[in-house]
Amino acid sequence: MNISYIVLIPLIPLAVFLLLGLNSKKIKPTISGYIGVLGLSISAVLSYYTAYKYFFVSGKVDGVYQTIVNKSVWMNFTETLHIDMGILIDPISVMMLVVVSTVSLMVNIYSRGYMKGDDGYTRFFSYLSLFTFSMYGLVLATNLFQIYIFWELVGVSSFLLIGYYYTKPSAVSAAKKAFIVTRFADLGFLIGILIMGYFTGTYDFETLNNPEGSVILNWASTSFMGLSVITWALILIFIGGAGKSAMFPLHIWLPDAMEGPTPVSALIHAATMVVAGVYLVARLFPMFYFVEHGFALNVVAYVGAFSALFAAIIAITQTDIKRVLAFSTMSQLGYMMLALGVSGYDGHEGVGYMASMFHLFTHAMFKALLFLGAGSVIHAVHSNYLKDMGGLRKHMPITNITFLIAALAIAGVPPFAGFWSKDEILVAAFEHNKLIYYVGVFVAGLTAFYMFRIYFGIFWGKDKTYEHPPHESPLSMTLPLMVLALLSIVGGFIPFSELITPDKLGFEAHLNYPLAAIAISVGVIGIALAWVFYKKENSLSDKYATAFGPFYKWASDKFYFDEIYLFVTKKILFNGISRPFAWFDRNVVDGTMNLIGNSTVKTANKIKGLQSGKFQDYAFSFAMGAVVIAIVFIYLWTN
Amino acid sequence: MIAGISIYEILTVTSILFFIGIYGFITRKNLISVLISIELILNASVVNFVVINKYLYPDMLQGVIFSIFIIAVAAAETALAVSIIINLYRQISSVEVKDTEIMKY
Amino acid sequence: MEKYIFYILSVIIIVFAVASVSSRKMLRSVIYLLFVLCGIAGIYFLIDYNFLAAIQLTVYAGGIIVLIIFSVLLVHHIEMELEIAKPFRKMMTGLICLLGLGVFLYTIYNNEFNVVENQVTTTTYDIGAKLLSYESGGFILPFEVISVLLLASMIGAIVIAKGRKLNDKNDEAL
Repeated sequence: MNISYIVLIPLIPLAVFLLLGLNSKKIKPTISGYIGVLGLSISAVLSYYTAYKYFFVSGKVDGVYQTIVNKSVWMNFTETLHIDMGILIDPISVMMLVVVSTVSLMVNIYSRGYMKGDDGYTRFFSYLSLFTFSMYGLVLATNLFQIYIFWELVGVSSFLLIGYYYTKPSAVSAAKKAFIVTRFADLGFLIGILIMGYFTGTYDFETLNNPEGSVILNWASTSFMGLSVITWALILIFIGGAGKSAMFPLHIWLPDAMEGPTPVSALIHAATMVVAGVYLVARLFPMFYFVEHGFALNVVAYVGAFSALFAAIIAITQTDIKRVLAFSTMSQLGYMMLALGVSGYDGHEGVGYMASMFHLFTHAMFKALLFLGAGSVIHAVHSNYLKDMGGLRKHMPITNITFLIAALAIAGVPPFAGFWSKDEILVAAFEHNKLIYYVGVFVAGLTAFYMFRIYFGIFWGKDKTYEHPPHESPLSMTLPLMVLALLSIVGGFIPFSELITPDKLGFEAHLNYPLAAIAISVGVIGIALAWVFYKKENSLSDKYATAFGPFYKWASDKFYFDEIYLFVTKKILFNGISRPFAWFDRNVVDGTMNLIGNSTVKTANKIKGLQSGKFQDYAFSFAMGAVVIAIVFIYLWTN
Repeated sequence: MIAGISIYEILTVTSILFFIGIYGFITRKNLISVLISIELILNASVVNFVVINKYLYPDMLQGVIFSIFIIAVAAAETALAVSIIINLYRQISSVEVKDTEIMKY
Repeated sequence: MEKYIFYILSVIIIVFAVASVSSRKMLRSVIYLLFVLCGIAGIYFLIDYNFLAAIQLTVYAGGIIVLIIFSVLLVHHIEMELEIAKPFRKMMTGLICLLGLGVFLYTIYNNEFNVVENQVTTTTYDIGAKLLSYESGGFILPFEVISVLLLASMIGAIVIAKGRKLNDKNDEAL
């Protein structure tokens, strides 16, 4: 299979970014929108073509999906250790190509309507293209270092887009927060990469992931504090992934990131960038699975399960619809992580891995749809808060229906996409770890509940007083909604188990009817509860909120995690560590320098009389020096 | 060759002359006196050139020709120095060394 | 005979040199310098470089001394006595000079000069031919350079000495 054209997929968005970014003042906004959409359409078409060719025509050799690599050496450290740049094609990267190109194309089309009339219209599109380029590069990376480079690039573009309204202080601080928190996590990632490179001598995914390769077979050769060094490296790399994927306890940036424009939230903070952490773990899945009998993988599973539960509880209490969606995203990412964590490797055992990727795919579609729908609503009522909304189903029929489809999909109601992927996750969890299974089921119920809470809150109930009557959004915004809604309906029927498995062989997946029935009933219970509580305006919800008392308060304040971080950074780090260091720097380091400077000045003041300005004084010194030098070097020095 | 006089004696005389010039250069307080001292130093070295040429390499003329060049350069230097001194006198009405230290700033 | 002439010349040179750097009357100092220069011209005669002696007399005694006398007359009253340096400074300088002289003489007397006994007479023709020769060992290029230097210094001297008068008219022009 010829894959050299695939390099165009990331390069076209890069070209668009440069074109728009460098000429942002010259290009008319409408034209820049068209350029962005056109560039991404080409990339998307190429991605779809690649996916078709890979999955259905030539990717499979002897029943196994091949890993195709096309790379060249970029930076040489030693004979064996070098950093390559290139593209790697295997089932998950092709799947991610499809996800990224679909969502980012839809978001671009949507943004043409949503951002209309904004000052930084062209800037916005250039940032979007930069992000898409970085994401493609991340997906196609052939080695840890390349993925790290693009990892940071998506971080930067996320920073730029969150801080898009840079005149708003809250947006600026949110952008900084996102950047610093993910940077902090990436420090772990970088250390992990360096450890990995040092102990295995390679960064290549192919070499690292080979189950019969020396890296995996020799995991026990070096140990540190009771664990294999490779396990430590994997855990550190997972910290990087957890930072990007907003896993507990590095999740605090994601809710604040909702300060960015809504399309950005849909693209970056729901569908693509935040799944990079999941993708990273999936990318290194054989290592996670085989090294130390999956110790690191268990960490992934428990962190994922806890994050899913934690975020779902918070999501119930939030009143800002974008924040609800943000916590929902975090919860679903936890789902994907836990699915990876409970996965096996061979044959049907790999159902967790498959389910995780499946859920990544479907989640990208319906979560992007939810965000875009929320954006459409916000566009109409100019508020993020649930209390300002109500009865919008009459005014915005398309948004209403597409939002409903997405909500049903995420709640796990068949035949929508979310049901199929979530079901597979629960099957995998059931087979491997009962505790995680119960958490998963509970979270599924919570998900259905909070999702329909905001659905009913937005579209049902009484009309609120609006500034102007809300109206349906323009076609450029509703078209992506409809496309994504279609994908959310049919996405579940893609036979993922035959396409994406850890051993790349594929297997026949069957619906586990009892488990599916449980999942559906939990979802339906959640929806029904939401119906009871929020369909009509009543005081039931308030009653229960008071019944839960302090717990409700905790949850709605996000369990005070922001405050804990602030306490740790401001009180402990700043006062306990930074202050003494600053004092040391100011008084000892600077003091030494000042001492040198001052003593120089003082000495100069004392001896400046020597510089009389009278040339005869200089001549005197010169004559004396000449005589002394003559005596020393002609008579005393010669032996 | 001067009959009965060795090169040592001549070089002694020129050395003494040279250091008298140095002494004057450093101790005199007047720019013209300094100029005179410089002439002494130059003359001492010119004599050295000539004498060494005569005593050691009588068939050559390099020393003599260099003396001529030195005399020419000395003339040029004196002309410039005198013009500077005169100009200085116009500006600050003084040719004392102690009044010419303003360039140190 | 020549021996005694040399000694006499040496004494003249040294005595007048000392007088020249220690006299407190400017004009006298210049005249002493004239005697020193004449004494050096005498040495040139003694070692049979007549042309050089002539140059010494014309350029130094006739040119430079006159120039210096002019400048003295322009900037001094004849009767003005020069300041003298502090005794400590004089002593230190004298010490340094004596030390340097010691180094010089020590070096000179420890050096074996390869003296060639000769009575070669150098004619002006030889010097002129050498100066204008562009053969190997000729000095035509430095000769030309010196002539350019003299021209440049002449122009420079005129420009500098002409200066700009500091009067009201010029201040307005500025």
